[in-house]
Parts: sequence; structure tokens; C-alpha cells
Amino acid sequence: MKRSHHKNTIRKDPPARPVKQDVRQTKKAGGDFVDKLNAYRDLHAHALFSSLGRLVASPFTSIMTIAVLAIAISLASGFYILVVNLQQLTGNLETSNQISLFLRDDVSDAHANKLADTIRKNASVQDVKIITRDQALAEFKTYSGFGAAINALETNPLPIVLQVLPKNTLEDKQGLETLQDTFKQSPEVDFAQMDLQWVERLQSIVAVARLFASLLNVMLGIAVLFIIGNTIRLELHTRRDEVVIAKLVGATNAFIQRPFLYTGFWIGFISGVSAWFIVTLLMLILRQPVEKLSGLYEGGYHLLFLSFTETLGLIVISSVLGILGSWAVLICQLHQTKAE
Amino acid sequence: MIKFVNVSKRYPETGDVLRNVSFHLQRGEIAFLTGHSGAGKSTLLRLIAVMERCSRGQILLDSEDVGLAKENQLPYIRRKMGFIYQDYKLLTDRTVFDNVALPLVIAGYGHHEISRRVRAALDKVSLTGKEKKYPLALSGGEQQRVGIARAVVNKPPIIIADEPTGNLDPELSAEIMFLFGQFQQVGVTVLIASHDISLITQLNRRVLKLDHGQMVSS
Repeated sequence: MKRSHHKNTIRKDPPARPVKQDVRQTKKAGGDFVDKLNAYRDLHAHALFSSLGRLVASPFTSIMTIAVLAIAISLASGFYILVVNLQQLTGNLETSNQISLFLRDDVSDAHANKLADTIRKNASVQDVKIITRDQALAEFKTYSGFGAAINALETNPLPIVLQVLPKNTLEDKQGLETLQDTFKQSPEVDFAQMDLQWVERLQSIVAVARLFASLLNVMLGIAVLFIIGNTIRLELHTRRDEVVIAKLVGATNAFIQRPFLYTGFWIGFISGVSAWFIVTLLMLILRQPVEKLSGLYEGGYHLLFLSFTETLGLIVISSVLGILGSWAVLICQLHQTKAE
Repeated sequence: MIKFVNVSKRYPETGDVLRNVSFHLQRGEIAFLTGHSGAGKSTLLRLIAVMERCSRGQILLDSEDVGLAKENQLPYIRRKMGFIYQDYKLLTDRTVFDNVALPLVIAGYGHHEISRRVRAALDKVSLTGKEKKYPLALSGGEQQRVGIARAVVNKPPIIIADEPTGNLDPELSAEIMFLFGQFQQVGVTVLIASHDISLITQLNRRVLKLDHGQMVSS
């Protein structure tokens, strides 16, 4: 209908126009699809860059929003990397199936040596190491930092310890427990402590920490959604005239939403990148103290930073949250502008 | 082209704003819509722009029943119409070119086609050479002509103007009316809401008169 209508009208137009119209008709026949595709690509490119331009044009507002988001996201990824580090720490300990036997105070060094020899003969034991009272005290002095205080003690409060290393074949918990019970029964032993128990306890602490971090991350994710949603709502409010005009000249909701979705994307993306910088900076600050601490425990522990995949994940998740937050608000708000 | 059949519009707060309004504008017809303030002119225009739907009756635009159109089809119906407003409704942070190009960008035209059509539309309203200016740097008459260029750039079969000469002096008003006459001659249906009785009588065109929501003459 519309086309034929234009053809009819052309003849009444000024003489120059029909010629132009003909040119257009022939050109359109060939490259209509390509033209439209290019136009669509241009629209996206334009929305991508103009939304970034708008963020740059109001730097104060943008920086405040992005700072809040970056802190929220870096908290989330900070908790994540903390748990990753704890997991690595307990992962290292997992192989230890040592049993420590704390001997009674009245047991002498010679007696302890004899006991060690007896234990060595046990079929499931690989080796036994004696830590005498003096050795234990010296070790404690060096690493605990209580040197001066210990010097003030009149007697050595530390017991003799036999570190029993079971054979590697003995890996199941039950076997270890039976072994522990045997040791407990000998009169010289005050109490027998399985290192594995400590590992298990630590592991359940890490499991709790991990769950806590996951819950916290979900909360922070929701907070990020709300912050971005609110930012887009304000943006939509300031650009209300533009939205109404675009609607009047026949814009679809997809067209109107596009620049706002890109704004959400940019906010999420930039916040994600900023959060990575914040986390990495904090980790750099923590690295030396952690390594010193690890040294005190004779462990060569190195702090784990966010890996490449994790960094990528962080930025992708932030960007997706940005798009989702804006999208949710746009769906609600554009229905309201309908009444205009 | 525009056909109202017993159209009523009721708002919960104010009751019936339009009651049993019927009229039919043929293709290539030009008409004025008049009536006192609150007679329902704006509501009628909003119904044509499908920014709202009528409570009763039937509205046909280009033989299409807009009451049956789904929400996502409304933008495509609006593209058949060019709207001109008393306050111009231009985007002040965009150039004249970008303002006029908006309907084409929305319709997904390519670069060259947009450029060609925008220049043709600006030429039509005698604004050639002002493409790179911003609306606020132009006079009222020029801004209104930018609005007109935007309304016709997509070559819509219908043009709706809401008080287009409200802010203009008689000389500029006559110029704008002359432009509308030209569009009508090429087959465009033009509906102009106006208070300007002297202008209306002078032009001697069809007049649709609303009084308290009812069409008293058409």
C-alpha cells in the first residue's frame, strides 16, 4: 500500500525527485539485506560507544557508582580467593597421617628411646622420631617468639613427643584409629593425637568458610544487581524525553533498551576490572606477611592470586550482572512509560 | 486513512473524555481538529498515535484495526505516521541531522540512505546547511521545521500535527500551513489540531470540532 502510494505521489513532486527515487529503487533491489545488516551492526556499535561516552561525560556520577560496585565485587572475589587459599593450605596437609604420642612427665629420655624402638618393630609403622624435652623447648623458643618468657621458667613444661609415621599402606582412617588405640594403652603415653584429626577439623572449618563465602557472594551479587538497576533507573529518568520521542517515532522497546543495556554492560565491566585491581593490590600487600607467617610454621606456603580463568570469570560475571540489572529495570520501567 | 467508529475513551479518574466519536479522513485529505481546552483533542491524537487504546469503538489506520494490534506491533503502526508538536519535541543534545535521522535509524536504514533522505527532507523545509547545528541554536520557526522534517523523512502516509503554529507568528504559521498543503498534494493525509480560528477560516478546509468529548461537526 505504502509503496504504490509513494510511486503515485512522485509525479506531483518537483521534477528532480523522480530521478533520485529511481536510483534508490535499483540500488535497494541489490543490497537491501546487506544494507539492513550493516545498519543493525552500526546501531550496536553506536550504542556500545555512545553509552561509554555518556559514562565518561558525567565522570563524577560514574566514578561513584563504579567505586561502590568495584568494592562490592572485590569483597566477593576477596572471599573467594581467601577460601581458595585455605583449601590449598589444607590440601597440603592432607597427606599427613602422622600420630603424635605425648609421653608422661616421669618418662626419661632413655625410656622414651626404648619405647620408640618397640614401636618401630610394629608392622604398620614406618618410622618413629623422638622430640626430646630440650629439642621441643629450643624449637618452641625459636618459632614462638616467647624466648624471654620461656627462659624465666624454672622447669621445662614440655613433654617428650614420639612422632609415629605409619606405613603408607595404612591410609584408611580405621586402621589408623586402631593403631592409635594400641599406643594409648601403653602406660608411658599420656595421650595420642592423630594429626589427621586436625586436618579433618581444619577441613570442616574451610567447608564452613566456603559455604559462608558462597552465601556472601550471592548477597553481594544481588546488591550489585540492585545498584546497577537503580543507576539505570536514574539514567532512564534523566533521558525520559528521549525515550518518549523515540517511542513516538516508532521505536521498538528493543531499540530503546539497547543503549541502556550497553550502559549496564559498561558499568559491570569497568567495575569488574576495577575489582580485579583492588583484589590484586590487597593480595600484594598481604603476600609478604603471609609468607613470613608460613615460614614460622616451616611451610613454604605461597599466596595464590586470581588465575587468568578466574579473572576472566570475574569480569564476565560482573558484565552479565550489569546487563541483567539494567534489563530487569527496563522491563518494569518501559511498561510504565507506555501511558505517556 | 484514519477512521473512527463510535470511539469512546474513559479514564477512571475523569470519566468519559471522548464519547461516540466517528469520522473518516480519506487518503490525501487535510483537516483541522478544533475544540476548547479539555474537549478531548489531545486524547484523540494519543489514540491515533496508539500511545493509548480506546475503551469502546474501533479505530482504523490505513485500513488496519489498531485495537487488534499486539503491543509489539504498535511501533510499526507509529512508523506510518509523522508527528509534529507545539513544543517541537526535539532532542536538544543532538544535531539537526541526528534529530531528523531518528525515524530512519529506528527503521534500520543504512548510512547512505539516511544521509540522502535527511538532506531531501531538510531541503523540503528550507533548512539546507543547518544539519550540524543544535536545535537550541535555531529560531522557533526553524525548530518547528526540523520537527516537520523529522515527521516526513520516513515518507509516512499520515501526518498528525498538535498545535503546530501555537508558538509562531502569523507569517511563519502561513509558511508551515503551506508546507502541509504540499504534503497533502502528494497524497499524505494531514490532521492538524489547532486553536487558530483565523488561520482555519482563512484556509477553508474540513474542520472536525470536538465539544466535551463529542464530535459536533465533521
